[in-house]
Amino acid sequence: MNASAAVLPRDNVAAGADNVLEARGLTKVFGGFAAVKGVNLAVRRGSIHALIGPNGAGKTTCFNLLTKTLVPTEGRILFDGEDISSLRTSEVARRGLVRSFQISATFPNLTARENVRVALQSSFGTAYHFWRSLRAVAPLNARADELLEQVGLAGSRDTPAAELSYGKKRALEIATTLALEPRVMLLDEPTAGMGHEDVEPITDLIRNAAVGRTVLLVEHNLSVVSTLCDKITVLQYGQVLAEGNYAEVSNDPAVVTAYMGGVDE
Amino acid sequence: MPRLLLLAIIAAAALAAPFYFYSVTLMTIMCFVVFACSFNLLLGYTGLLCFGHAMFFGGAAYVTGYLLKTTSLSTELAVLAGGAAAGVLGALIGFLTMKRQGIQFAMITLAFSQFIYFVFLQAPFTGGEDGMQAIPRNALFGVVDITSNLTFYYVVLAITALCVFVYYRVVHSPYGEVLKAVRDNQPRVESLGLDPEKIKLVAFIISAAMAGIAGGMKATVYQFATLTDASWPISGEVILMTLLGGLGTLTGPVFGAAIIILLNDYLAGFGEWALVSQGVIFLVVIVFFRRGFVGELAAFKRYLARRSARHGTAAAPGAKTAEARG
Ligand SMILES: Nc1ncnc2c1ncn2[C@@H]1O[C@H](COP(=O)(O)OP(=O)(O)OP(=O)(O)O)[C@@H](O)[C@H]1O
Ligand SMILES: [Mg+2]
Repeated sequence: MNASAAVLPRDNVAAGADNVLEARGLTKVFGGFAAVKGVNLAVRRGSIHALIGPNGAGKTTCFNLLTKTLVPTEGRILFDGEDISSLRTSEVARRGLVRSFQISATFPNLTARENVRVALQSSFGTAYHFWRSLRAVAPLNARADELLEQVGLAGSRDTPAAELSYGKKRALEIATTLALEPRVMLLDEPTAGMGHEDVEPITDLIRNAAVGRTVLLVEHNLSVVSTLCDKITVLQYGQVLAEGNYAEVSNDPAVVTAYMGGVDE
Repeated sequence: MPRLLLLAIIAAAALAAPFYFYSVTLMTIMCFVVFACSFNLLLGYTGLLCFGHAMFFGGAAYVTGYLLKTTSLSTELAVLAGGAAAGVLGALIGFLTMKRQGIQFAMITLAFSQFIYFVFLQAPFTGGEDGMQAIPRNALFGVVDITSNLTFYYVVLAITALCVFVYYRVVHSPYGEVLKAVRDNQPRVESLGLDPEKIKLVAFIISAAMAGIAGGMKATVYQFATLTDASWPISGEVILMTLLGGLGTLTGPVFGAAIIILLNDYLAGFGEWALVSQGVIFLVVIVFFRRGFVGELAAFKRYLARRSARHGTAAAPGAKTAEARG
């Protein structure tokens, strides 16, 4: 992995397009406090990759940096071999790197279908058509309903997002994110705050959604991580503590110490 | 079908109204209906609190008045030109302020409007403290005489109907859907590959232009334009109308504007009491009726529907949801 990180992105692509997303020396300083320090991350194309670590480790900050919600203090980000360090969030999203949020991020006053349709409009090109009636976006309804069905929300199509249960809101977010046909999906704690009964459907949902694309997710629920993820990167104090598959990481003495002294898992 | 019927009734009432009520009051209400619609587009559907909307209203009043006084431009084009001028001003100010949100945006727009007020106070063409007097109503389309208040009422009605339609169209357009999404969750919209600042800027320009048309109409109704039209109390009044009618509701601005104008008219004889009563209404609405007139009405209707569904037939689709919730 270190060897491949050292070669130029161009060669990397030529060599079989290994890593769809790469961060090199990613650093973010908030007024003197480094929330993320020199993180190197390589996400393999088609994999489900987890970012774990105790509270405050810098996982969300990493996401914010990767999707350009925050400007890195230092470091570079390569998406499909292209340096996206200077792009804006919306441009990154249009290229196919789309995130969800740790706090539920739906549009509460819009119905489930409208939520998805907003995302579909992004590439449909009607987002500024203020002189047309909603018939102009009717062609998107079929695709929107299909996505809702895929996440088990077919019955809630016309329900305002505010009235959906927590688990359904998170499912709606995934449907909205999928509407952009992202090549890489970044999910920030998709199962956080869920009851047991909701965790499994969401896990299945992510597994299905990951077919044909790459997923990077932050997750505290280790059973989800162990069943879902191909590779795990452990962050602590803004730095990479360990990396590997579940067995490797969970037996790493440094990780064990970090988690013993950290939150209960 | 009942909607069409309702529309037909409203149209008939609007056409007959000047024979029963004082036409200038009716025209004033319509000017403020358009103004409140423009404001609701921003606050209700975009989530932007502009605390200086009077600059577009008052500014356009001067532009329309100036054009009518100095050129032979027909009245409807002069009003349109006032709207266009306000739209240009809106584009400029929107471009400079769109990065700001919440109270910061409110304060910056207030500052801009105070600056513009000062410009109008000093500029020679506005007539300063005296205002711009004797604005003529040039012939409609250059041919139809509209000097009488009764005929002019129908011109104002037509422009108002057009503006309300535009407002409806924007809110129920593909863009309107995205706009509501920005209001609900701006970072999420950005993460979906759209540009919220640009989206809000478009709404700001449309809103400013519509406020300008309202101001231009008012200048032609009263046949004068004054500094008051561009002053902060007018900015405050339109906020009051919008909140009173119901934020983010389609017909809220119509009710809000009508209630406030009629109340002002009625209370005009009581001097200071007009202001006091406005303050009291404002407080009552904020504390007890947050959804405003139209919003509370809709909530009440939903409540009734739910109740009858619970007691009544199982046929109503609402029955299932009510049960599921309960
Ligand atoms: N905008 C900000 N300004 C200042 N400090 C910040 C900011 N955002 C995050 N931090 C700090 O950076 C550190 C990392 O935060 P981050 O949200 O990335 O952690 P996390 O790993 O996602 O934690 P959690 O598991 O609780 O979500 C924290 O100490 C946090 O207080
Ligand atoms: Mg976090």
